[in-house]
Amino acid sequence: MEKEYWKWPESKWLSSEINWKEGEVISAGVDVGSVSTQAVVMTDGRIYCYSNMRTGSSSPDSAQKAMNWALEGTGLNLENIHYIIGTGYGRVNVPFAHKTLTEIACHARGANFMYGPSVRTILDMGGQDCKAIRCDEKGKVTNFLMNDKCAAGTGRGMEVFADLLAIPIEDIGEMSFNIDEEPEPVSSTCVIFAKSEAVGLLREGWQKEKVIAAYCLAMAHRVVELLERIGIEKDFAITGGIAKNIGIVKRIENELGIKALTPTYDTQIAGALGAALFAKALYEKEKKGKVKNF
Amino acid sequence: MIANYGYKDGSGEYFISIDNDKCDGCGDCVKFCPYNVLEVGEDENDPFREVFVARVREEHRKKIKYSCAPCKPVRGRVELPCVAACKPLAISHSW
Amino acid sequence: MVTVGIDCGAKETKALLIEGNKILAKYSVLSGFDQKYAAEEAFENILKKTGISREDITHITSTGVGRKGAYFVNSSITEVGANAKGILFYYPSVRTVIDVGAEEGRAIKLDERGKVLDFAINEKCAAGAGIFTETMARALEIKLEEMGELSLKSQKPIPMNAQCAVFAESEVVSLIHSKTPKEDIARSILDAIADRIASMVRRIGIEKDVALTGGVAKNIGFVHSLKRDLQVELFIPENPEFICALGAALIAAERALSPSKEGGE
Repeated sequence: MEKEYWKWPESKWLSSEINWKEGEVISAGVDVGSVSTQAVVMTDGRIYCYSNMRTGSSSPDSAQKAMNWALEGTGLNLENIHYIIGTGYGRVNVPFAHKTLTEIACHARGANFMYGPSVRTILDMGGQDCKAIRCDEKGKVTNFLMNDKCAAGTGRGMEVFADLLAIPIEDIGEMSFNIDEEPEPVSSTCVIFAKSEAVGLLREGWQKEKVIAAYCLAMAHRVVELLERIGIEKDFAITGGIAKNIGIVKRIENELGIKALTPTYDTQIAGALGAALFAKALYEKEKKGKVKNF
Repeated sequence: MIANYGYKDGSGEYFISIDNDKCDGCGDCVKFCPYNVLEVGEDENDPFREVFVARVREEHRKKIKYSCAPCKPVRGRVELPCVAACKPLAISHSW
Repeated sequence: MVTVGIDCGAKETKALLIEGNKILAKYSVLSGFDQKYAAEEAFENILKKTGISREDITHITSTGVGRKGAYFVNSSITEVGANAKGILFYYPSVRTVIDVGAEEGRAIKLDERGKVLDFAINEKCAAGAGIFTETMARALEIKLEEMGELSLKSQKPIPMNAQCAVFAESEVVSLIHSKTPKEDIARSILDAIADRIASMVRRIGIEKDVALTGGVAKNIGFVHSLKRDLQVELFIPENPEFICALGAALIAAERALSPSKEGGE
């Protein structure tokens, strides 16, 4: 079994203030990513509970498991939820969802809720993709790009390096600052080429910490280039697993000269949260439509 | 909304940008693209928008450098058929 | 007159010695992390093989991505120029040459004298170069040399979704887990890279005759996939990985005769 590096601890949260039975509209969002899956349940637009767990080999199972775990101990069942939206890498495979939406739309909407309406630029670095999104004060997307073709700038790229250097992924951020001065970034963008470059550096006698720093810098540089393509406007937020890697976050902030907003929730739930918010809006729209029809 | 379809890899930036505020979903670009890269459909990133827009087909998004290559000769560049066909000037390529 | 061409490739460094129109010796060594050392080793080995001494060599020309490592040469030339020159030695009728090396894919359009008219390069991304097949062979747990033959046995080619070599590696692993026959996986890997090379060739336009050179030309499965994609006959010289070194040696001879042109491409 290969060691699992790019996987952050699973987590679960339940509001102590909300009683779902008093809620008028119960909506939910499930974000099945390549590495982790999140489920968020909301009552009347407030977060009731959420879960963040690892994606298994099957997307439908992962969606189901994340949902079950979020609902565990609440007495709330799938049938009680009025509207569910699936999103993410495996979005076509959420069997109980009423509709699926793109990660881009959901992330913007979720970040708008998590960080407040002042957020204009969002960077989401996931296990196998990187998204740069601009949005307005309502969380509506105004400019976006998603790179899921190339591993550079994704969690997977970092995983290759963690593997090469045999460093657990949680330690990479801290370790990358354990150096005398910042090295030059790794020059190859392509992960395969960067890897041989790193092997060369190790042979030259570079410390692991320095190699990791050089790669974190290269990764930061690369995502900043993507952000520049869509234009960066404050406030700026970073979501996804990478937001938990301080070695990259700090270097992105340095290069941009802007501090990222501090998250109030688990940064990985942005997509599922946005999906739950859309679920509520779409449910209300449908209901209105029906009333009109009668 | 500006939608950037494509990617950046080690060899460069390959994006087809479609300005959805300008795009009227007429589908001329789809007709003129010789390699079936484009399509017209729902605005995937704005679930409340009613008007259809042009998009890059899902299967081409990870390889437009290659899918669009025949329209981009290294010598004697001509105007791209999709760009030329777009009356509202909504399409641009980054490379 | 005796001249030498040294091709400092990303993976292998090749040296080739000619006397007039005759190839007397060739030698290939892994480039490793020290291009200087690799160039020296390749050069010394062809001297040893032929018994010719350094003083008897009129001119040495280097080419390839690591050509700065060959510090002892008289002149150097780009891979594109060397490639064009080298292929015409075998096939004077060739007007399009495709070269797929370890870290680069190239397509060149040339005239009958070997003058380069146009070229396109795939570089800096492993998806469009030989290293893609090497990485996939590792994931498939087969030898790279076996991949071509294996892919020819495929009954049911499957499309590959991933473009990036890193993602393709995971895709191959999951295909193995789902019990997909290895020959079908090998075929889809080679179809994928051939597709990328073919689209690069289309950028310069295909003019017959078409030749294929570079180390990946030794992969029979790749050759089949590329032929299928381009719908043309491909001329493949013996030892396709030495064509750039040969081109450099031929250019060395030209430069020895008209030194004024030295340094020109």
